[in-house]
Amino acid sequence: MGLTANAVGFGAYDTGLIIEKRNPDDKVIALAGNPNVGKSTIFNALTGMHQHTGNWTGKTVTAAQGYCSTEAHGYVLVDIPGTYSLLAHSAEEEVARNFICFGKPDAVIVVCDATCLERNLNLVLQTMEIADRVIVCVNLMDEAKRKGISPDLSALSEALGVPVVGTTAQDKKTLLHLLGTLDQTIDQPRCRKEPPVRYPQAIEESIALVESALNQSVAKQINPRWLSLKLLEHDSTLLCEAERFLGTAVEDEEHVRAMLRTAQMHLTIHGIGTTQLKQHTVPAIVQTAEQLAERTITYQRHDYNRTDRRIDRILTSKATGYPLMLLLLLGVFWITIAGANYPSQLLSDLLFGVQDLLSEQFIQWGAPTLLHDVLIRGVYRVLAWVVSVMLPPMAIFFPLFTLLEDAGYLPRVAYNLDKPFHRCKACGKQSLTMAMGFGCNAAGVTGCRIIDSPRERLLAILTNSFVPCNGRFPTILAIITMFFIGTEGGLCASFSSALFLTLVILLGIAMTFAATRLLSATVLKGVPSAYTLELPSYRKPQIGKVLIRSLLDRTLFVLGRAAMIAIPAGLIIWLSANITISGTSLLSHCAAFLDPFAQLMGLDGMILMAFLLGLPANEIVVPILLMGYLAQGELIEMDSLSQMRQLLVENGWTQTTAICMILFSLMHWPCSTTLMTIRKETGSWKWTLLSLALPTIFGIFGCMLINAAAHLFL
Amino acid sequence: MEHTVRMHQILPGQNGIVKTVSADEEMERRFLDIGLIPGTKISCVGKSPGGDPSAYLIRGAVIAIRAVNCAEITLALCGEDE
Repeated sequence: MGLTANAVGFGAYDTGLIIEKRNPDDKVIALAGNPNVGKSTIFNALTGMHQHTGNWTGKTVTAAQGYCSTEAHGYVLVDIPGTYSLLAHSAEEEVARNFICFGKPDAVIVVCDATCLERNLNLVLQTMEIADRVIVCVNLMDEAKRKGISPDLSALSEALGVPVVGTTAQDKKTLLHLLGTLDQTIDQPRCRKEPPVRYPQAIEESIALVESALNQSVAKQINPRWLSLKLLEHDSTLLCEAERFLGTAVEDEEHVRAMLRTAQMHLTIHGIGTTQLKQHTVPAIVQTAEQLAERTITYQRHDYNRTDRRIDRILTSKATGYPLMLLLLLGVFWITIAGANYPSQLLSDLLFGVQDLLSEQFIQWGAPTLLHDVLIRGVYRVLAWVVSVMLPPMAIFFPLFTLLEDAGYLPRVAYNLDKPFHRCKACGKQSLTMAMGFGCNAAGVTGCRIIDSPRERLLAILTNSFVPCNGRFPTILAIITMFFIGTEGGLCASFSSALFLTLVILLGIAMTFAATRLLSATVLKGVPSAYTLELPSYRKPQIGKVLIRSLLDRTLFVLGRAAMIAIPAGLIIWLSANITISGTSLLSHCAAFLDPFAQLMGLDGMILMAFLLGLPANEIVVPILLMGYLAQGELIEMDSLSQMRQLLVENGWTQTTAICMILFSLMHWPCSTTLMTIRKETGSWKWTLLSLALPTIFGIFGCMLINAAAHLFL
Repeated sequence: MEHTVRMHQILPGQNGIVKTVSADEEMERRFLDIGLIPGTKISCVGKSPGGDPSAYLIRGAVIAIRAVNCAEITLALCGEDE
């Protein structure tokens, strides 16, 4: 759930990367690293920012920047997406490589995972081929220590010829050491070091030939050895970028082209075709990393990963994998519902108590009735509903979910669910974006960037809104409580609610599969693409931090957004419910118009109207509905679920209406923020329209089916 | 005695050393990313509940790979853990 202030809200679509220096002599530092090595944690610790962190690969899908300073320098830190290599197979790798190569960073910090250093060294070596100033930051030293893995950092530094700093993100001292090393490195003049990797003889000779033809001005701006290699590889995307950067195409110069031909001839003589060049160069990098690791890392225990494997055996085995997933889902919902019951009631009592006080004040001041009605019955009441119904479940659900995420459970979900997604010809990582959708569908859609294949990414984007976001959870939950469980509360009732909610979520997941399958059989035909999924080590979540961060960053932010929309919406809706045309309110006119169709779906015109007006945010669907009903009938105090139930029943609600309402909450058009994000991510109105139509059609047919069945059998 | 198998055939607990890597271009890049080249030691550490994909320990990291993607990799089987 990449749910941060940037990921949700109206700024969900990022706007490219413009470096914002505070002073002209601030230094720009790129923070590179493999995915899931704690890069974002380091970034946050250094800059005091709150990039979302979590224990799974691919959270950072866009580059973020932050500021930090030492006594010597001011630094703009750029957190570039985590990548395994800089060979630019995927969008993130291209972003990372382009920034290191053309973003002119003053230094690059490569963050590595101490428990898995060998593979991380690949990226270090590749970065050193491009950048002059590189600092290796070996993170997660505490975890490595626990596993009995001890990297010899000074030996590594000596072997690589660049500074190496060990860090533990929670330990401020290690971070200060990192900053100190950064200061030292920045103060030294730039100089080209020995190439970190030696390739087979023939390739080295060819590189030397091309390098000799490059002119001095180019060599000053891009590492000539590396550029020569890329010229030999015919890396067209890089050469395009380089042309833009340099203002001239290197390969178009006559003597470069001539030398390139000679060098290629030289390779061909030695049996290396241009297309096979990578098959020779990459193993050289991998082997260099392997040798470095052999020389510098000691393992005290052979089976240092034993605990992880044991947990994996329980969480992902044939017998227990799926049942445990279900139990966890059920458990999270149960805790959420049981825990939210009491504070919800408390908040509701409090807020509606305040309403009475406000009303009295208005009367005392002699304020016009109209003003009182607009502000109190319109704006305040919607706000009070949103706060009292949404805040408690969110304040419990988000931290729980974040704990699971921090511990490293989400990749296991993706692993467990890979087979069904494979059957639907989709990418297993779609489970991760689906899980992000639980927080916010707009964030889920942005998160789909972790899927490389464009076809599979579209599948994930178009089906993301089949899982309910936190704006829809409370609605579904409230209706379940009112119509199926009873509003008395108690542990037993909350368990039944949780069970019911779990079934609704499972239906949403089943519909995700159905829609994915349908799409991949029709408009998005294709074969599943290649992909690998990393299962990271389990980490003990930082409980205190999770609680505070998820409460502040997610809960309050999402609530703030809901309230922001609820206030003007409350006003508009109150007005439309109270402006009358020939004796009937505007809202009722619209509702009456929609009513025949809505009745077919087991709903009524007012409900459909509420969903339509709720396009900006799903949170306000129920308040709109209540206001619609209240404006027509007589006004009652609506301070508890049982009273709310009474209002709904008075307006003709039955259990069938409740089921259809739940179904339609689960499957209708995505909110406007999500739609705008889809437009941005797909770059096409056609796909945006399909993403709107798909769940809507599912929802309409589902409701009609249920309604017809109810009429036939009840 | 050396016994050659395909990567997707090894079961949890079995180890092997990569002999040949053959895959489509996209997959081959990914294998290079995770350092899976001839000579790399691999052990299978688990199978997902659906039976596919399996999880492999490769250069210190656990990576899940679908059978269809690694069927063209041959390994020299070199024993079992535990």
